[in-house]
Amino acid sequence: MPEQAQKTSGSPTPEVRDFLRRRREQIAQRWADEPLFRSVFTVSRDEAVEAGKSVVDALAQVADAERVEDPDAAGFAAVREQLARMGAARSRAGLSTGQVSTELAALRPPVENLLLSDLQGASADHTRASVTVLNVLMGTLRVVVMQTALSEGQSLIDRQRLQLLEVATPVIKLWDGIVAVPLIGTLDSARSQVVMETLLETIVEQQARHAILDITGVPAVDSLVAQHLMKTVAAARLMGAECIVSGIRPAIAQTMVHLGLDLGNVVTRASLADALGYVLHQLGVGIVTPGPNGAVPR
Amino acid sequence: MNEAVPWPLPGPATGHVPVLRLGDVLLVTLQGDLYDSTAEQLQRDLAEAIARSGAAGVVIDVSGVDVVDSFLGRILAEIAGQARLLAARTVLVGMRPAVAITLVELGLTLPGLRTALSTEAAMELLTGRAWPARSGGRHRGSP
Repeated sequence: MPEQAQKTSGSPTPEVRDFLRRRREQIAQRWADEPLFRSVFTVSRDEAVEAGKSVVDALAQVADAERVEDPDAAGFAAVREQLARMGAARSRAGLSTGQVSTELAALRPPVENLLLSDLQGASADHTRASVTVLNVLMGTLRVVVMQTALSEGQSLIDRQRLQLLEVATPVIKLWDGIVAVPLIGTLDSARSQVVMETLLETIVEQQARHAILDITGVPAVDSLVAQHLMKTVAAARLMGAECIVSGIRPAIAQTMVHLGLDLGNVVTRASLADALGYVLHQLGVGIVTPGPNGAVPR
Repeated sequence: MNEAVPWPLPGPATGHVPVLRLGDVLLVTLQGDLYDSTAEQLQRDLAEAIARSGAAGVVIDVSGVDVVDSFLGRILAEIAGQARLLAARTVLVGMRPAVAITLVELGLTLPGLRTALSTEAAMELLTGRAWPARSGGRHRGSP
């Protein structure tokens, strides 16, 4: 092991880099005992040590590039996935983001102690500068892990939002010339836009003269939702189809009256069945129940 | 916009929109982009045609129109208004979904206009009798 006491005049960052490369094995061994590594790599300690080594290597590479404060440094690229996996494993175990951050912070003291023991005999200034560089580097590592965890969560949310848009807007053909849209969940601008587009497309495609918007699955109707409904109805009317709103529950009807919401001259019905009955009547179609002997009453 | 577009643009720049007469219904088919002047010309032509023929209905087919701006929207509403004064009903036919959404977003819901999905449906609406039914007719479910 080279004698570092002579290099008191060296700049602190290469000093830390050399230290990380020299003490790679010891640091990884100590990290393997920390809760973060121990709880992620439960099967074998060797695995934890290997993971620790690759993180130390990444840190050394970042220090080599003199970019200790940059979470986007190229050196982190190699371990980003591994760090994300570790962060995700801890989150799955029920730890909050703050607790994961604390566990990451616990990785710093063992390294710092090692560095201090290596720097015995060096000048106080040099020691302080080196420790500062190490602290900054460990701080950046924390930022990298947090960043990765957040972007993972964000991409999950984006994916689910898209899925929700796809799932929630089926247009159902009820009869020749009658289509229905069962709306489920809160209607925001993006979703009502999708609903409107799919409904209008279906109206053209099926030459449907009547469309039923069923809002049984909409938890609450405020002025914004009412406005979206009115817009959809108006657009359908412009294309030559009549739109009926059904599934207004008593509680919602009450809220709408309290809020002073007016659906204008939109035809409304309490249930989808009522709306279908109304439309069939408009079309001059009747449904008759056969008599006991299977005869259709005239 | 393409830089190679000749000016003035080819198309209905100077032309009138033809007004066809089917019994006591006037049929107008709008195609592509309409100039403001052409739309105004159509408005005048229709007023005269209704007065001359004593037509009971006007069918305006907009299925070939990609863009309806606020001006054309107003012209359509005015055509309906003047037709009503001349005792004719106006039906707008075949509006595209994108156009309908744009008009609603612009706040132009054209309340005075009747609408229909197809020319066939519009004729049925105006004459009060079913046009010869298509194969696999609509009332298949009726007893």
